[in-house]
Amino acid sequence: MDIQTLFFAVVAAVAILSGILVITCRNPINSALSLVMTFFCLATFYVMLDAPFMAAIQVIVYAGAIMVLIIFVIMLLNVRVESGKKYTHGVLIGSIMAVLLLFEAFYFLNRSSLTGARGMIDANVVQNVGHVELIGRAMYTDFLLPFEITSILLLVAIIGAVILAKKKI
Amino acid sequence: MLGAYLPIIVLVIVAALFGLVSVVMSSIIGQKKPSPVKLQPYECGCEPVGSARERFSIKFYLIAMLFILFDIECVFLYPWAVLYKRLGLFGLAEMGLFIVILFVGYIYVWKKGALEWE
Repeated sequence: MDIQTLFFAVVAAVAILSGILVITCRNPINSALSLVMTFFCLATFYVMLDAPFMAAIQVIVYAGAIMVLIIFVIMLLNVRVESGKKYTHGVLIGSIMAVLLLFEAFYFLNRSSLTGARGMIDANVVQNVGHVELIGRAMYTDFLLPFEITSILLLVAIIGAVILAKKKI
Repeated sequence: MLGAYLPIIVLVIVAALFGLVSVVMSSIIGQKKPSPVKLQPYECGCEPVGSARERFSIKFYLIAMLFILFDIECVFLYPWAVLYKRLGLFGLAEMGLFIVILFVGYIYVWKKGALEWE
């Protein structure tokens, strides 16, 4: 086992552990902080997949901005530490579905093989040209229209945020 | 491949150790003389007024939402800045259009007084 596989195993273990903590913590703020840890682990995975720009975005947007929003919602609703009440409804069906999905995933991963032609961009190209440049080149030339439409989407979101949260407009 | 990110890993380890060592060492070495006053939450030296677990105003939420939206705008600026020389005037024009559309949103937010703390 080389160092990279070992590193992946450590980060994966932390990701799974913090993911479990998100749903088992009694205090919602602790859950939110565990979610930050999960996001950081995902950013590390992006780096290992030769996508450093995605990692930076993951940290800036998800671990930064969206977590602030989640914590504000928790404080807005004034969620207290969850009482010791056990939720048992749906546990049986949920676990059966989870086991079935896991089985299905393992089955198809073992059985199938990768098909189709390899893309133009592999790890070597990403390292030589640069991840940010590759994304930028695609976004500002081939996908120009979706990029401009994104600005309209953001505009709609800005107006929606003001109308939803402002008391008197 | 991970070699290029070694400084970041070292930084993460040093930061974690700094926090951990500070807490552990102060709990081992430090003197413990608890008193009711010391257990009070610190409120800039004033007497605490009420509980800290109060409902927060939606005003914070509005600011956070606007922050995310303009944060995403900044995310789009990064690759554009990297490619600025290659894209030239064309890139300037398309980013100009992008910024102008979002600037309309900014003016809307400003005119509606969403940035005011009322």
